[in-house]
Amino acid sequence: MATDAAVLERPRPRPAVSGALARGVATGYLSVVVLLPLAALVWSSRAGGLGAFWEQATRPEAVAALKLTLGVAAVCALVNAVAGTAIAWTLVRDRFPGKGIVDALIDLPFALPTIVAGLTLLALYGPGGPFGVSIAFTRTALLLALLFVTLPFVVRAVQPVLLELDTEMEEAAASLGAASFAIFRRIVFPNLLPAILSGVALAFARAVGEFGAVVLISGNLPFKTEVSSVYIFGQLQSGNESGAAAVSVLLLGISLAVLLAIGAFRRWRTRHDG
Amino acid sequence: MARYVLRFGALGYLALLLLVPVGLVFYRAFEHGFGQAWDAVSSHQAVHALELTLLIAAIAVPANTVFGIVLALALVRTRFPGRGLVNAVVDLPLALSPVVVGLALFLLYGRGGWLGGLAGHGIKILFAFPGMVLATMFVSLPFVVREVVPVLREVGTDQEQAAETLGASPLQVFRRITFPAIRWAVAYGVVLTTARAIGEFGAVSVVSGRIEGKTETLPLYVQARFEGFDTPGAYTASVVLAVIAIATVVGLRAFHPREETAA
Amino acid sequence: MKAIWIALVGVALLAGSAAGASKGTTVNLVAYSTPKDAYGKIIQAFQNTAAGNGVGFNQSYDASGDQARKVAAGLPADVLNLSLDPDIEMLVRKGLVPKNWKANAHEGIVNDSVVVFVVRDENPKKIKGWNDLVKPGVSVITPNPFTSGGARWNVMAAYGAVRRQGKTDTQAVQYLKRLFHHVPVQPDSARTALQIFAQGQGDVLLTYENDAIYAEKKGVHTEYHIPKATVLIETPAALTKSGLKKPAAKAFYKYLWSSTAQKAFADQGYRPVIKSVAKGYKFAQPPGLFTITSRKWGLTGWTKVNRRFFDPNNGVMAKIERSLGH
Repeated sequence: MATDAAVLERPRPRPAVSGALARGVATGYLSVVVLLPLAALVWSSRAGGLGAFWEQATRPEAVAALKLTLGVAAVCALVNAVAGTAIAWTLVRDRFPGKGIVDALIDLPFALPTIVAGLTLLALYGPGGPFGVSIAFTRTALLLALLFVTLPFVVRAVQPVLLELDTEMEEAAASLGAASFAIFRRIVFPNLLPAILSGVALAFARAVGEFGAVVLISGNLPFKTEVSSVYIFGQLQSGNESGAAAVSVLLLGISLAVLLAIGAFRRWRTRHDG
Repeated sequence: MARYVLRFGALGYLALLLLVPVGLVFYRAFEHGFGQAWDAVSSHQAVHALELTLLIAAIAVPANTVFGIVLALALVRTRFPGRGLVNAVVDLPLALSPVVVGLALFLLYGRGGWLGGLAGHGIKILFAFPGMVLATMFVSLPFVVREVVPVLREVGTDQEQAAETLGASPLQVFRRITFPAIRWAVAYGVVLTTARAIGEFGAVSVVSGRIEGKTETLPLYVQARFEGFDTPGAYTASVVLAVIAIATVVGLRAFHPREETAA
Repeated sequence: MKAIWIALVGVALLAGSAAGASKGTTVNLVAYSTPKDAYGKIIQAFQNTAAGNGVGFNQSYDASGDQARKVAAGLPADVLNLSLDPDIEMLVRKGLVPKNWKANAHEGIVNDSVVVFVVRDENPKKIKGWNDLVKPGVSVITPNPFTSGGARWNVMAAYGAVRRQGKTDTQAVQYLKRLFHHVPVQPDSARTALQIFAQGQGDVLLTYENDAIYAEKKGVHTEYHIPKATVLIETPAALTKSGLKKPAAKAFYKYLWSSTAQKAFADQGYRPVIKSVAKGYKFAQPPGLFTITSRKWGLTGWTKVNRRFFDPNNGVMAKIERSLGH
């Protein structure tokens, strides 16, 4: 139809003014709330010069803490990817008594102050706990605390996508005799992947920065169970503000790099599929 | 068969990691009876802490929601230079430990900081309400954005383009087509943002100055109770926070009862 | 005649403005977390006195180091009570506390305590002295010396006690290294350490005597034992430069050494510094008590000790933590 061709040829009527204004406001908000404080942090860390920055950031305890932090956060993110998707699936597609209650509880790790989370986990899985296990002050305890704190991320990221997902294709595939797992792998999973990756990025970021729950249960032994956030805290308390800022900025840079990578991967996958 | 395996696996994980610890919190709060629990949270200090927490959330959550939707639209529907970077920066607040958030805010608004002069003109940011709101906004920033972006991508632009060619204004397009498509994502984003805003301890603790009866939020009150060996009081106050978070989810579901897909 | 009138009016005006300045002012008290209950009582009592009538208080309680940093960043503070000298000295360097803050009868020390061992009921491992801490199989809980002021007192108590046994400085540092081998977890604060110990972790906890007493009062059973040789923990309080400008703050600061205030501290487990008040309480005197300035045992005051032991780069404790990790 002539009108359609004409419509397709003319440039898309981008709501130019209001769009730019909205973007401007959003960027302004982001700058004031996030970027400005971060800029102040980065600026402070370079105060002593690049050499001092590097020296502070590469001290043995700092490096050990960094390795531990990134390693545990990665494991935590992976576990969340699997468990979170499974939980979201169960909450959306399954029916069982008490489902509503369970759904309402998912966000509690956020709402409970971290000190409560830490103390509760310690009471349960530390010495004197009812299960007879005592993994407190080990790396397992560290992972456990982080899994608790990051539980809601992947679950809540996947749920809305699952809710919006059109089940036509799955039903068609099932009626053609495809196995459930194949349906999942080929039809559902590609649609969920962007959401899973979103949740994973958040979980990773949070795991890297967690302090309150971890500081209680993990033991804080340098080189063994001390994560970067606790190390930074210790430096600050000892008056080494520049060292604290340096390690913070390094951690920030690495987190940014990982988040960029996850984002790029997601864009690649989406282009690949779409 | 697979359904049962999945269900038990997921629920088992949840039980160990979430249900049991949360159950313990509730148990510890009420183990000495409802009366004592009530006394613990009806003190003047506790009530003020609750009010302050809710007030901060009432500002931070809507702000982050509006920002989240706008930014999500910008990230998905438009192309601008640095899109990938902005995308990653949005998640950064979570990666910072609260100690560092506090440090960054100190460096910006504290004495000798870039905006430290504001205090001299009577605009108190640190150790006052504005600082606490800023810190809360900072840590709860990403959620609405992150929830909305995947759904926006999933939904596609067909309907929006159709509406535009039929002459709808951008606002109408948003109100009638875009928003209904993302409302679940926004809802979940709001739920997460609220939970995080009321439960934030670390960053708020650093910037609040913890002036009793003035700048003490409920999570800070919880910690103060622990410090004073009033463990039941601490757990009871935690239960209040948990109840608010649960109420948010329940309230949202009441608004949109249709939450099952045609399975 | 006229001169006398002018003088009288002048005096009346001065007195009036001084009294007026006290009324309607707010005193900002910034303290570390432990003495909160005591201050509740002290402030109430102070407000019943003439000098305190109508004076409002802003109270803030948090870890000592955190409070110092917050005051440096702009938290309003008139009266400070922190757990370590260096925290106050940091504020002197920033120009917020006058250099001569110690120039009073008690050198700014508002109450005392001692480092004690908290043990399990009936002390099954028979932990009595510092040498018992490094026996095989003994697990010791102490906070992280880089994040907790209390932990620094613990370390210096250990060091001083070993020096008192006649050992050299090198041997005492060796002891510290052995001690930290026995520490499975270093919580970030003293109160957290106590909570963790109460939950069942460790055989002995190193902490302030007043914390142990306070915990007992609050229903957390703590059996504690004072080792023969231990350090006298002296907690400092100071008036800031802004506090000096407020008569009410100055009056409150002085009031901290009144018998009412000292009794309030003692009721919470602190050792009062006013002898007449101390007589009313039974605090055991360990025979080998020393202070942070007992030069005989190598303790040369907080400034030097802080630099030597707790410098985050090259301090003795930093080196010990590093050697433990490898």
